[in-house]
Amino acid sequence: MEEIILDSNAFQDALRMISIKIFADNQNISDFAIVGIQSKGVFLAKRIISEIAKLSSVKEFEILFGTLDITLHRDDLDDFESGMPIIKDTVIPFDLNRKNIILIDDVLFTGRTVKAALDVFTDFGRPKSIQLAVLVDRGFRELPIEAKYVGVKYKTKKFIKVDCKEVNGEDKVFVS
Amino acid sequence: MSLNCKDLLGLEYLDKKDLQTILNAVKPLKSLFTRSVKKVPTLIGKTVVTLFYEPSTRTRNSFEIAAKRLSADVVNIVTNTSSVVKGESLIDTGKTLEAMKADYIIIRHSLAGAPNILARNLNASVINAGDGFHEHPTQGLLDLYTIYDKKKKIEGLKVLLVGDIVHSRVAKSNIWALTKMGAEVAVSGPPTLIPENIKDLGVKIYYDLDEAVKKADVVNILRIQLERQQENLFPSVHEYVELYQLTKERLNKAKPGVLIMHPGPMNRGIEISSEVADSPNAVINEEVTNGIAVRMAVLYLLKKRKNASSN
Repeated sequence: MEEIILDSNAFQDALRMISIKIFADNQNISDFAIVGIQSKGVFLAKRIISEIAKLSSVKEFEILFGTLDITLHRDDLDDFESGMPIIKDTVIPFDLNRKNIILIDDVLFTGRTVKAALDVFTDFGRPKSIQLAVLVDRGFRELPIEAKYVGVKYKTKKFIKVDCKEVNGEDKVFVS
Repeated sequence: MSLNCKDLLGLEYLDKKDLQTILNAVKPLKSLFTRSVKKVPTLIGKTVVTLFYEPSTRTRNSFEIAAKRLSADVVNIVTNTSSVVKGESLIDTGKTLEAMKADYIIIRHSLAGAPNILARNLNASVINAGDGFHEHPTQGLLDLYTIYDKKKKIEGLKVLLVGDIVHSRVAKSNIWALTKMGAEVAVSGPPTLIPENIKDLGVKIYYDLDEAVKKADVVNILRIQLERQQENLFPSVHEYVELYQLTKERLNKAKPGVLIMHPGPMNRGIEISSEVADSPNAVINEEVTNGIAVRMAVLYLLKKRKNASSN
């Protein structure tokens, strides 16, 4: 049984609301950068960039964009007995010193992914600030981490899956 | 994604899928080298021991850098100052290292199969860093990756190995990896240094280097060990140079984009001329950089036995 949390319209509305809030807080395009966490966060980050581009009337490519993979910074690699997770690209093609970073992920749960992502940033430099935006906050944090921008809160211990047009053909968030 | 084995003993034992898994993991690891902080915490708390019964600088250092960039602790055992000279057996040395909670043992040994013996008797992951004339799998992998990175494919490429094939573990590992990935491999060198049965691995033999070079997309030149001349395997260094040195003139006969490789250390003026070694076609220094990333990929991907250090 699949329980829908966000359908296609609600999904896109949620992203639009996140983008509006991010833009309201970060007016100066050259001061901030959007970084998506591999892999779904990357797609969401690209969508948010295109929303912000519309709001601010700058071109999408003028907004700094990066991708970040946390695999090498995971604290649970010993638990993978068969099959190590695939290492994906971390590409930060700009100097992040003194930038405000908006980190994008699909689901916020224990907070461990975000903690690992913060560790990755320290290897690249010292951003001015890092803010977190997520599509879904499913609660049950194990670390003191909160998102500044949240699409929807849905507290559950069940696995939440985020489908997006780019890979799954439709936008949808559901409990599986 | 993972290798379904705890040890890396030779490329003979890997299949195409395993090789592709390793190739895919190298690029993101290599991208770490351009950061100001090149180290990640992936293997924090793990212990890597290098156990070299033969001299080596680049392989051992490359493994050490690879392990350190993944935050493992590295211990180097130099066998001529260790209990080995007091007559300790290989298995006992391995057990001792395991009792010290080694998670990975990287071994170089003059006897083919020595890493296999260690692997059978230990829970730690054993990585072969060269055993006799048998294999040098991480060198084979870094050659494979260097070709893949430059040519964007392996399948269908014509790769020529030049020099002492019979004594070369690098050649064996290259042949296994390249043929599994669909390349056409040929060898060239004096008949005394090429085993006739190499044909059984699907390899072509050219005794005429000029002929062989014309068709190649990649030429990998192996080091000539000068002590082989004392064994009368080739009449003189001068004759070897005449017939088998990769010179500018020979390079001119090759395809324009031909890739020139050498596993090092090079004997400039013997198997390769200085001009060729420094030509834009040569990727010899990149092989060294890639070697670190490839060894990181191997350390990352080997299946951990639950759990070598914590039991």
